[in-house]
Amino acid sequence: MPPGIELRGLDLRYAGAEIFSGLTLILPPAEFSVLLGPSGAGKTSLLRIIAGLEPPDAGTVTATDNAPLAGRVSYMAQQDLLLPWASALKNVCLGARLRGEPQNFARAQELLEQVGLPHRASARPAELSGGERQRVALARTLYEDRPVVLMDEPFSSLDAITRVRMQDLAAKFLAGRTVLLITHDPFEACRLGHSFTILSGSPARLAVPTRLPGIPPRAPDEDGILHLQGELLRQLAQS
Amino acid sequence: MIRPFITIIVFIAAWWAVTAFTSIPPFMLPAPGAVAQTLYQQAPYLAANAGVTLGEILLGLLVGTVLGGLAALGIAASATLQRWLWPILVLSQAIPVFALAPLLVLWLGFGIGSKVAMAVLVIFFPVTANFLDGLRRTESGWLDLAHTMNGSRLHILLNLRLPAALPAFASGLRVATAVAPIGAILGEWVGASSGLGYVMINANARIQTALMFAALVILAAMTITLYVAVDALLRRLLTWAPGG
Repeated sequence: MPPGIELRGLDLRYAGAEIFSGLTLILPPAEFSVLLGPSGAGKTSLLRIIAGLEPPDAGTVTATDNAPLAGRVSYMAQQDLLLPWASALKNVCLGARLRGEPQNFARAQELLEQVGLPHRASARPAELSGGERQRVALARTLYEDRPVVLMDEPFSSLDAITRVRMQDLAAKFLAGRTVLLITHDPFEACRLGHSFTILSGSPARLAVPTRLPGIPPRAPDEDGILHLQGELLRQLAQS
Repeated sequence: MIRPFITIIVFIAAWWAVTAFTSIPPFMLPAPGAVAQTLYQQAPYLAANAGVTLGEILLGLLVGTVLGGLAALGIAASATLQRWLWPILVLSQAIPVFALAPLLVLWLGFGIGSKVAMAVLVIFFPVTANFLDGLRRTESGWLDLAHTMNGSRLHILLNLRLPAALPAFASGLRVATAVAPIGAILGEWVGASSGLGYVMINANARIQTALMFAALVILAAMTITLYVAVDALLRRLLTWAPGG
């Protein structure tokens, strides 16, 4: 069982201005939590704080099992961050190379097959489409095999069909992990989330998380998904 | 592709016109024909000396690039090295390399050593500065990713920052290729018993101006060929980099 994540009293100031203050939130273990909100509210900063990439001005981020979080989090950014000089296969193994561990190419190949790219292992990122690049990025995330996965709008630059396919892949392969997903897309939130919460205001505050009914991933044409989206949009508009 | 040839032809035509229609004596400006004739007649002598200079340039490039590359890597890897080495490197640029040439000949003799050392001195800084710049400008997203992957400093340097800096390194190498001949020729001017610089100094003393021009033409052709070859090689090796 992966740990949940507890955010307690997080403050962040930037150049004298308060970005957010007193953020408190629990990300339930083994669930997709979705974070929405207007640009500039500090969603990405919050994600980076949880990932340990920048320190908050106050507050704590802890795992619910009380073990340190460092080394248990992987991170998918808006850009695929693939290395242009390395093949898809070597991009998947990047973590091993950066830690000085032997690379497990068999496992990397297997992951590429699972995300639907069995024949693209030797291709460089420039030869891949946007969707294929994000699949490689997903395989790279899976190679790390961390219990906590943070995703910052990883599918926002994809076309609608590719995005739906990537959502399916993410839901399938990240199920059972504690996931925080930032998105601007209410449809994506409703398909993938167990719950969503909205970060908005200045300084930004977190709304009480809303549970979404049923179990993700919800089919794009599932009854009620349109209703959910409407509800979410209404909350976004009010925030 | 055709444009450089037009430029060269126009240049030679203008040169020829000046020698044909003005009273400038040939010992000051020989006609293109006279230079071409000298090139032909003295071909073995010029080729032998060009070979010496080319050897110096290539050896200087090799040594200078390796040393410059290692210096940049060392500075990028160690804050202590950066604090001690970088100011020395910048200060060293305040001393004109040209002023060091007589000293180098005194220390290293009339042979190839002093010329290679000159070439190394000329190219070391552009290689180091460009490469270091590249090593310092690794895309922050990649470094974030490396951080979440618990990468070690050394392996991040070798597997991420180093390859990412190769296009910058290539820029430095291109500059080095263009300026390395300056170092070699300068060394030969100050004291040598062979090489194109030696040919020029000798020809100048005997007012064999056509021979001087011939050596200059060979030097220019060599430098341009070397640059084009290095540029093509770098483009081949760095196909992934935008703009080659």
